[in-house]
Amino acid sequence: MKFSYYPGCTLKTQAKDLDRYARLSAAALGVDMEEIKEWQCCGAVYPLAKDEIGVKLSAVRALDYAKHEDGLLLTLCSACHNVIKRVNDDMRNDADINLRANNYLALDEKYNGETKVVHYLEMLRDYVGFDNIKKAVKNPIKKKIGAYYGCLLLRPGKVMAFDNPENPTIIEDFITAIGGTPVKYPFRNECCGAYVKLVNPDLTERKSKKVLENAKENGAEIVITACPLCYYNLKQTPCEDMEVVYFTELLAEALGVKD
Amino acid sequence: MSDIFTVENIKRISGTDVRKCMKCGKCSGRCPAFDDMDIKPHQFVTMLGQGRVEELLSSKAIFNCLSCMACVERCPRGVAPANVIEAVRDTVERMQGGDAIKAEDIPAIVDELIPQQLLMSAFRKYKK
Repeated sequence: MKFSYYPGCTLKTQAKDLDRYARLSAAALGVDMEEIKEWQCCGAVYPLAKDEIGVKLSAVRALDYAKHEDGLLLTLCSACHNVIKRVNDDMRNDADINLRANNYLALDEKYNGETKVVHYLEMLRDYVGFDNIKKAVKNPIKKKIGAYYGCLLLRPGKVMAFDNPENPTIIEDFITAIGGTPVKYPFRNECCGAYVKLVNPDLTERKSKKVLENAKENGAEIVITACPLCYYNLKQTPCEDMEVVYFTELLAEALGVKD
Repeated sequence: MSDIFTVENIKRISGTDVRKCMKCGKCSGRCPAFDDMDIKPHQFVTMLGQGRVEELLSSKAIFNCLSCMACVERCPRGVAPANVIEAVRDTVERMQGGDAIKAEDIPAIVDELIPQQLLMSAFRKYKK
């Protein structure tokens, strides 16, 4: 199984573990992650203003690259996934953005949203299969684990089509597959406070605190995430006896490939 | 720039039809930043429809919206309050001196663990 892989800026710097454990686990599961050449930063947030076009072009370049490989673009960082998937939706359904992006990029062949964007978790669920992961587990993670979805993987639900945006199960199913006990808690798809951290840190701190306290009240010992910004905001939040880790780290540990 | 042109411009770049709003308030009920919004998400939609642009442009809420898309997800009428808020914020920041953060202020407020994703998203949201 081969995927073009888009790591994104944070996975090359502050979130190296998210990337490293994903690669080790993929290799153990027989998945070939081929990093795309000369990728550019996705911009971290999807621009909501309809007249913004320049800030969507790096996503289109990555999508077009994958189109000429196997047509599958694998993402891991929640933010990259959100931006690239939504820009891909624009290229399919927004004639104005499609026209302006194609005019600007002047590709040999127009890009019309042909590539399929697949998040690493979707790859585990839809291409490898949680049953096969279960069989490959060498060290079951026997802990109570809370899935922290946040916003970016799920919303807007119609475009992301990741899981039920109000009541998702994919990360809980992942936790079960690696031998853990999933802990469902109401705040698992609430926002961590995101980029507002830079202008109103108090708001971010209140949001992240609520998420961790809610996970703890419901019995979680560990909270897992796929987003470096959620990870940072949650890690900055004091919460006794609560671990925050990237989901790929637990996967690598379960598969016995954590170095 | 006349107010009516600003209103129409905000409507255009938001890409959402504020007339479809049926004032149910679900967007504001779901907003995680509700307590920090001086103008609530449902009010953005209503006030833009009423052309009350001066009040919108001077709101503090535009800097506290998390773009978490919870309001968009819950709207039963397909309105996107988050897009209205972003369109207002972009309108403010596209004016001379409208940036909410400056590059030179960043080193003092970051630590060694800060993810690039945070800096990148804040710059996209708060600086034009």
